[in-house]
Amino acid sequence: MALSGFRRTASGRITVRTDALERVLLMRLLRQLGEFVAPDPTATQDPLAQLVGIDAEAHKPRDPALARLFPDAYTDDPGAADDFRRFTERSLREGKAAHVNTALASLERSGDKLTLTQDEARAWLGTLNDLRLTLGARLGVDAGNADLLATLPEEDPRAALGQVYDWLTYLQGTLVRALMR
Amino acid sequence: MDIVSLSPVELARPASETDTSTQHPWITLVWDDPVNLMDYVTYVFMTYFGYARSKAEKLMMDVHTKGRAVVSAGSREEMERDVTALHSYGLWATLSKDD
Repeated sequence: MALSGFRRTASGRITVRTDALERVLLMRLLRQLGEFVAPDPTATQDPLAQLVGIDAEAHKPRDPALARLFPDAYTDDPGAADDFRRFTERSLREGKAAHVNTALASLERSGDKLTLTQDEARAWLGTLNDLRLTLGARLGVDAGNADLLATLPEEDPRAALGQVYDWLTYLQGTLVRALMR
Repeated sequence: MDIVSLSPVELARPASETDTSTQHPWITLVWDDPVNLMDYVTYVFMTYFGYARSKAEKLMMDVHTKGRAVVSAGSREEMERDVTALHSYGLWATLSKDD
């Protein structure tokens, strides 16, 4: 990938240069993430509860990526964890979906050079993190195999996804450093 | 790490000063995970809690090297708010009673 990463310009704006292929890849990933984190419309039938963001029932997702994006808030009390989830997961999902949409909109209006407002840069930061959490769960990245991605042989089906993960890691690293400067 | 050592955190949360009780029976924990970048975790502690960079970096290193760190203390409602916010950033956070 020829990308140089995010940087902060002298005037304080956050910019990144991308080529057409990278933009296609990012848009594809972001659209998938948007669908993945979108609130489940069937989770509550009660329109008032839906309006205030409360689900009738909520349990820890079985999908490891969703379970990582929306972790239990209580480790020692499953009842309290489910209750907390009923009141928070829907709005968390909406917030993550909004970050995706902000990032997508900025890509769609841009050519090779993407220039972001502070709010857009923060949305990008959050959504790159959510993408990495999702891919990390898919790849099986855990504390015991931090070197996994570097050592995957080319013929391993995870190798291509691992390269994307590494690229997103690089992008997020440059963005967080640009925001902290 | 001593999980019940809360003194630096209490100082940084002015909202809790209005408590009639000086006790902070609930704590927010952030757990180590292999995906979140060290700089990003520091950034979140600075941005959300308003912690100074040195304090944010120390907490991040505690998470990284000890597996978890207490990042805030207060009422159960305050800790649920913190955990929700940290989940919105993608950090692995939980709350529990400080006993």
